[in-house]
Amino acid sequence: MQAAFFGVIAFLSILSAILMVMNRNPVRSALFLVANFALLAVLYLTLAAQFIAAVEIIVYAGAIMVLFLFVLMLLSLGASHALRERGGLQPLVAIILGLIFLASLSAAGAIGTLGPGQATPQWVKNGGTVKAIGTALFDPRLPWLFPFEVTSILLLVAVVGAIVLAKRRV
Amino acid sequence: MSVAHSGSADARRSGQFVGVIFVFIVLLVIAAVIGHLTLPGLAPVWHFLGAHPILNALVKAVVYVSFIALLVLFLIWWERKFAGWLQARLGPKHVGPQGMLQTLADALKLITKEDITPAVADRPLFYLAPFVVFVPTVLTFMVLPLGPHWIAQDLNVALLYVIAISSMTATGIMAAGWGSNNKYSLLGGVRAVAQLLSYEVPMVMAVLSVVTFVGGLSMRHIIDYQAQNGWLILKWPLIPAFLIFLIAALAELNRTPFDLPEAESELVSGFHTEYSGMRFAFFFLAEFANNFFSAGFAVALFFGGYLGPILPGIVWFILKTFVLITLMMWIRWTVPRLRIDQMMGLCWKLLVPLSLVVFILAAAWASR
Repeated sequence: MQAAFFGVIAFLSILSAILMVMNRNPVRSALFLVANFALLAVLYLTLAAQFIAAVEIIVYAGAIMVLFLFVLMLLSLGASHALRERGGLQPLVAIILGLIFLASLSAAGAIGTLGPGQATPQWVKNGGTVKAIGTALFDPRLPWLFPFEVTSILLLVAVVGAIVLAKRRV
Repeated sequence: MSVAHSGSADARRSGQFVGVIFVFIVLLVIAAVIGHLTLPGLAPVWHFLGAHPILNALVKAVVYVSFIALLVLFLIWWERKFAGWLQARLGPKHVGPQGMLQTLADALKLITKEDITPAVADRPLFYLAPFVVFVPTVLTFMVLPLGPHWIAQDLNVALLYVIAISSMTATGIMAAGWGSNNKYSLLGGVRAVAQLLSYEVPMVMAVLSVVTFVGGLSMRHIIDYQAQNGWLILKWPLIPAFLIFLIAALAELNRTPFDLPEAESELVSGFHTEYSGMRFAFFFLAEFANNFFSAGFAVALFFGGYLGPILPGIVWFILKTFVLITLMMWIRWTVPRLRIDQMMGLCWKLLVPLSLVVFILAAAWASR
């Protein structure tokens, strides 16, 4: 039952990803990407990671992709003048880089060697909750507080940079 | 002569209003009876339906969707009656008692109407959009605590779930605006999504200030906290939080001070200009269901949800929710529409900083 569910969701998410890349119409592409994010959130849910699933939808499907769509619609890239990229070298390079990525992943032991692991049912039940993630991020005894704060400063710098770039002419 | 005439009209209007209140009370009593109904003969059926995971989910889905449909029929009637009362006219009164079946007749008309698709529409998007708007609305009802035993599924991330799922509506509105291939629809869709995204920020901050008090994201947790410590609206940092939530909810519902996405004088009727028949009905259904959900969500967060003396929980919940919905309707029929720059300015220059201050105050107050 769970394996079948995973199979269906995984198939649909890969299908939506492929459709997103193959589609000529940028608006439809973006909508397929939204569908893909929603399906990924379902996969997170099956792994008992409720917080990550909710954040995936809020941040990616709800905010970032909607802004993408917004810009696409304001630019009004209709089907009539859809993007027409000439093939060229890009697909070839993409395939080669993808294979290199896959090879490095399997060399690092991320593919094929993932066994049952140390996760107990209790750990899985509590691992995905907001409390567990908050404790992991903000507990000073754990190593993740500093990278988290540094990342937030990085995002702040990006926001300031965006305002500086956009407001230059005003 | 004219004075006497207006006097009798006034009497008729107040008679109508008493009739409306009476109908409302009858509906509440019916809800209370259903809430207390236990049919012993059906116990094994309930047990079977409750135990089987898929059947259980299916039954809940059917019950909730029919509940929403009936609710929306009632809400539309109440809105028209209330608007009529505010504008010194009668509202619907011919179909059924006090015009109660008028909405049903309108719904039948919408179902039987021709479903027109514009020739230049982007067909898949045009067909799918109403459902992409409607389905998240139904999904949000899943975590709404209607009564002590009336909650479809209590998630431990319920508040995040609501925020996540309700933000998916923006995609549907965008698809509708784009798929119609009409400049008014597109502008309406773009406005609606800008509004949804902007007002999401103060709304989430208001909800977060509730979370700092409660220390949990599950609905049952929030209601239990209020059962022990009194309604959350009575904690003073949460009064501005509730006001921010209410304004943001009005904006997200595209109700009148903020109904720019469907401003008739500028945009025909916004992103659903090209829709007719059943598809238009789905937009309408989603709008009113969303209205009920927002009010119910506010009741659960700030006004103790289903808590209350004597009467069963679901009656308290529906009563409080209807008071809040009526407040929203009152605002709708009183306040004129804002301009688009005023609307964005209100959100980003006033509500967002204010909500941050409220959040800090609430966090400080809660962690004393």
